[in-house]
Amino acid sequence: MRILVCVKRVPAPGARINLTADAQAIDTAHLGFTTSPHEECAVEAAVQLVEGHGGEATVLTLGPVEAEEQLRYAVSVGMTAAVLLPIDGADWDPQRTAAAITEVVRRLEAADGPFDLILFGNESADAGNFQVGIRVAHALGRPMVNGAKGIAISEGAVHVRREADAGQETYELPLPAAVGVKEGINLPRYPTMKGRLASKRVEVERMEPDAETGGLRMVRLQRPAERASTTVILGRGPDAAPAVVDLLDELGVLA
Amino acid sequence: MTILVVVEHDRGVLADASREALTAGRHLATTTATPLDALTIGAAADAMVAELGRFGVSTVHQAHHDVLADYGPEAWGAVVAAAVEQLSASVVVAAGTDRGNEVMAWAAARLDVPFAANCTVTTPGEEDEKMAVTRVRWGGSLLEEATLTGAVRLLTMAHHAVDAAPAEEPGRATAVSMTVELDDSVSHSIVRGRVERVAGVTLATAPVVVGGGRGVGSADGFAPLEELAGLLGGVVGCSRAVTNNGWRNHTDQVGQTGTRIAPTVYLACGISGAIQHWVGAMAAKNIVAINIDPEANMVSKAGYAVIGDLHAVVPAIATEIRRRRGT
Repeated sequence: MRILVCVKRVPAPGARINLTADAQAIDTAHLGFTTSPHEECAVEAAVQLVEGHGGEATVLTLGPVEAEEQLRYAVSVGMTAAVLLPIDGADWDPQRTAAAITEVVRRLEAADGPFDLILFGNESADAGNFQVGIRVAHALGRPMVNGAKGIAISEGAVHVRREADAGQETYELPLPAAVGVKEGINLPRYPTMKGRLASKRVEVERMEPDAETGGLRMVRLQRPAERASTTVILGRGPDAAPAVVDLLDELGVLA
Repeated sequence: MTILVVVEHDRGVLADASREALTAGRHLATTTATPLDALTIGAAADAMVAELGRFGVSTVHQAHHDVLADYGPEAWGAVVAAAVEQLSASVVVAAGTDRGNEVMAWAAARLDVPFAANCTVTTPGEEDEKMAVTRVRWGGSLLEEATLTGAVRLLTMAHHAVDAAPAEEPGRATAVSMTVELDDSVSHSIVRGRVERVAGVTLATAPVVVGGGRGVGSADGFAPLEELAGLLGGVVGCSRAVTNNGWRNHTDQVGQTGTRIAPTVYLACGISGAIQHWVGAMAAKNIVAINIDPEANMVSKAGYAVIGDLHAVVPAIATEIRRRRGT
């Protein structure tokens, strides 16, 4: 089977997010980058499906040329091909991103045949627009559900399990289909030595994205007002235990 | 023209997040002198009509179709898109829940219009077809000011961004049935089965959560945290570092990509307090950080802290509780 996974390169912030002076972006001068967490799990899901059913798995991203790092990482854990849609500067809006990915998927499918399954992350860690995957699935005429915490393929369908307020829901989508994956569906593996070599050798295919701007436009970022907090130090080491238990009692959770 | 609020409900009981969306929708409707309508999807919606009236809704459109017997993202999205066209809605508001965001994304895709997820503020623009929104990024640790431009603007409201409030002058809503044509393809993604959640304390609802981070050091290291949680009728949570190390299942993970908790007390043990974790814990009413590092982010953000090694502090707290209970 043929699987496509769409990922996004995102900053890996620690305890605090700082903004650039013009408030147009996160100041990444001292930050590393990573694959958005849900998508890291989508990559692992694709690798497991290909291990079980055979076939090939392509990873795709729309982002700065530096996002090649995330594509190569995905290959190091088992993806077999990589496609970069390079853009300059700021993120594209979700409509434009989806239109560009859709157009490239059509080109890839015209060249090498349809993808049985296209995986996305449930939402990106940074922008959190919750819509790119669904827009792509709709444009390609494929069914999709988001939030997958379990995925299996049998008899021409993808079986999806996800969490809802009232419990678990299960879905059965005929292939070809798309699924949005949530972290927790699996524990992503680390690269092997063989994988690292493959990631160095793989030729990242570059395809120029082209799509019109959509209707959601970022004006600026801002940091929310922080709760003014002064921390009451209850004590040091195990001697603090009585003070902690006094507090628990006061807050009504001891009874 | 109308402002349409898509309502989520559980067998006729309006969801809290939908009450907030109705409040935000009414604010937009009032400031632009536009009628406020609501859309309910599927059966058992009659019970909500009176309450929707109290929230300022003039007309409740009740969509019925055989396909809508259970939830399906594509089917629900198709209904919203059809309602927008039938009612000439200019703005559609829904709750920023998993479902709300999923349905609105499908509707936006079908209509080829913009959609802003998880807004905290919405302001009608001075120009037609353009409005200003502020929306949540990074799970709430950043905000984005944005413009939403289009003949139809779709948005969801981040949960807890506005306080739900009925209209000052409650009205009476009229319910009307809405017929929608749905193509067969939308039935491909309907719920096929459910497993109801077993009753009991969950991470999301527990009054006390005892969380462990990298500082716990191993899967076995969680035993004292389990014991303390047990004594307090709470549950154990963990940070993403713990899950990634395979020490605990992802279902215990508190954070942006895990569970959002809101306990009375969160005991954060050996957790540094990275953004990823903090956004899942920040709704806790009281936080007690137990950390060897007085400079840890979790210590400076918590209301209370114990500086020390959790491996010594946590058992001491359990011992003190047992001593006071005489057990």
